[in-house]
Amino acid sequence: MTHETQAPVTKQEEPATKVDETTAEGMPAPEAPGVIQTVGMDIYYGDFKAVHDVSLNFAFNEISALIGPSGCGKSTVLRSLNRMNDLIPTARTDGEVFYHGENIYGEGVDAVEVRRRIGMVFQKPNPFPKTIYQNILWGAKINGFKGSKSDADALVQDALEQAALWEEVKDKVNESGLSLSGGQQQRLCIARAIATKPDVVLMDEPCSALDPIATLRIEELMLQLKENYSIIIVTHNMQQAARVSDKTAFFNVELNTKGQRTGELVEFSPTEKLFTSPDRKETEDYITGRFG
Amino acid sequence: MSIEAPLRPTEEFYPSGDEYDKFLSRRKRRGRIVQMIFLLALATAVLALITLLYTIINDSFGLTAVVNETEPEEVVASLGYDPAEVAIEDLSFDELVGVLQGAISNNVGRRLEREQRFYEDRLVFETESVWAEICSSGEPPAGCDAAPRSQASVLQLVYERVVVPDVIASYELVPSLFAPEAFEEEIEEIFITSPDRFPDYTFDQVQFEWRAWLSWTFVTAPANSKPEIAGIRTAILGSMWLVAITISFAVPVGVGAAVYLEEFARPNRFNSFIQTNINNLAGVPSIIYGMLGLAVFVRIFEPFTSGAIFGIENDNGRTVVAAGLTLGLLTLPVVIISSQEALKAVPNSLRQAGMGLGATRWQTVRSQVLPVALPGILTGTILAVARAIGETAPLILVGAASFITSDPTGPFSKFTALPIQIFQWTSLPQEEFRNLAAAASLALLILLLVLNAGAVILRNKYSRRI
Repeated sequence: MTHETQAPVTKQEEPATKVDETTAEGMPAPEAPGVIQTVGMDIYYGDFKAVHDVSLNFAFNEISALIGPSGCGKSTVLRSLNRMNDLIPTARTDGEVFYHGENIYGEGVDAVEVRRRIGMVFQKPNPFPKTIYQNILWGAKINGFKGSKSDADALVQDALEQAALWEEVKDKVNESGLSLSGGQQQRLCIARAIATKPDVVLMDEPCSALDPIATLRIEELMLQLKENYSIIIVTHNMQQAARVSDKTAFFNVELNTKGQRTGELVEFSPTEKLFTSPDRKETEDYITGRFG
Repeated sequence: MSIEAPLRPTEEFYPSGDEYDKFLSRRKRRGRIVQMIFLLALATAVLALITLLYTIINDSFGLTAVVNETEPEEVVASLGYDPAEVAIEDLSFDELVGVLQGAISNNVGRRLEREQRFYEDRLVFETESVWAEICSSGEPPAGCDAAPRSQASVLQLVYERVVVPDVIASYELVPSLFAPEAFEEEIEEIFITSPDRFPDYTFDQVQFEWRAWLSWTFVTAPANSKPEIAGIRTAILGSMWLVAITISFAVPVGVGAAVYLEEFARPNRFNSFIQTNINNLAGVPSIIYGMLGLAVFVRIFEPFTSGAIFGIENDNGRTVVAAGLTLGLLTLPVVIISSQEALKAVPNSLRQAGMGLGATRWQTVRSQVLPVALPGILTGTILAVARAIGETAPLILVGAASFITSDPTGPFSKFTALPIQIFQWTSLPQEEFRNLAAAASLALLILLLVLNAGAVILRNKYSRRI
């Protein structure tokens, strides 16, 4: 519908009226609307269509997993949920993405605000080259955190506790975030993401750079976080999806006539169902390893 | 070679046995030859550097044949000290002024006093009434406001006016070290064979002294037409003013442009056109920047560069600020390009992390990208400024004064710079100026070294901050 590639257009927003409009027009889904809903989302890189017609409804306080073979566009879909794709100059998203009923690609919605509400954890741990404390507080500060020093301390501790990192780093919060191990760094990134109080956390293959033990810790953490946050995770690891997620979306690649590979949503079902009795043949082939 | 196990027999396309040994040693030989060539290249570079330093240092120090009008020992002795124990440098301020008073005419003394007075509270050559009169006149001399002379300044005057050394010949460092007597014989021979060359002196008056052309007095003395007492203070101060103006213009503008191009500009035709132009500008010869500076800063912006709009009187815009801005323009493309490289080297994951937290682009750049890029930006900037400090051609065009004895006092002063001073000295016929040029080159190199060291310290400080 719209694509947002320029700098944020306007400062004054009228969220109240906007919500009403969009909810009135664009709520075709019969099921209860979740925290994020995509409706007919197409994503392009320049002329190349990377993802075709994705409609998903991510429920509140659940872990939703996106799985599929390489190049199926699952990361692209994830990144378009908080408009991180806007950072790629050629990327363009058509269709609608509703967050609490408001189209985040709608006019007057600022990508900066979207990202503050929908946090993100990346594939490779990417803490800032600053102290652990600063890593967490920076996100709060740039979003206008007004608390005192003790409030800030409490915020940092709370975020680190939620990310199950506090016990390990409480004596060295003023050391560099880069001095931590890979798994700790990733938990630091999660703590950093939740310190700005988002209600959705997007995770783009958060464990692919970690060893099995660190992976397990992150998975446990996700299960804890689910109480307070809605989590959407992209993963290559089907066991991981099976272990942690409530619902799973399977994406597949389709070759079009020009030889371009476009990703497509095949099936979005409760995880148990998808891994035991999937509706579609492609899903079954993929999860049983007969992919091709 | 040493591995006994047979190669897998199926691999018929690969050499085996002796053939393999030969093949392996051929590959290694090739590697050694290339390594040798690279080592030679390095040796050439080092050799060139050593030659340069050798030449400069060789000319900067060495034996000189000096004839003094009055020997420093005589001066000391005239005050009743034992010349064996007290050197002229040990004399007190009052004694030095006394020596001056006894040696120069009252007229010369008055002139010196009007340039800069000797005492804060009393006058030496002028009378109070005349002094008050000239200081309240329309154009008071510099001495009315300036701070009184320092010990070094008075000592300089004593050398200049009383001792009056005349270096009649100088010898290079290496022969001075290994064959000093050859120099003396050479001079003696000149006095015997061609007495017309130094008609005023006899050989007995000649003293052979070690002289460091690059000395503290050389660095602190102003320019002078006599090589014995000429210094480079004016030129050093001019160069430092230039560097200050160059940095304060080129760094904010250059880094700003680089940040815009790297972090904000969308890849489109216009921006890539600008990028191409910046890359090309970095290769434009410096003389062309000089012409630009002459046309724009000296001529068009004359009211600004001459300081007229600030109420400063100047004949034209050939001032420090015009030259500094010209050098700023010259370094700008290099600053932009190196800052861009530094920004490019910042991993994208940091930008994504910042933006993913709901930061604006500028917040991300300001707090996460720039600090990481800063050491690289500093390195590039200092290299660019190092280039600017050695530039001569644009300064000649913009109009650096080749002979000036007054220090630059602000951005709207007339000035000279070290490379200009060196250039001017090398074009003079007297042999001693060649020594001065060498000493000034050494000073320029040291200045560069100091600047670079400063940059390295700054860079290390910033890269250590986690």
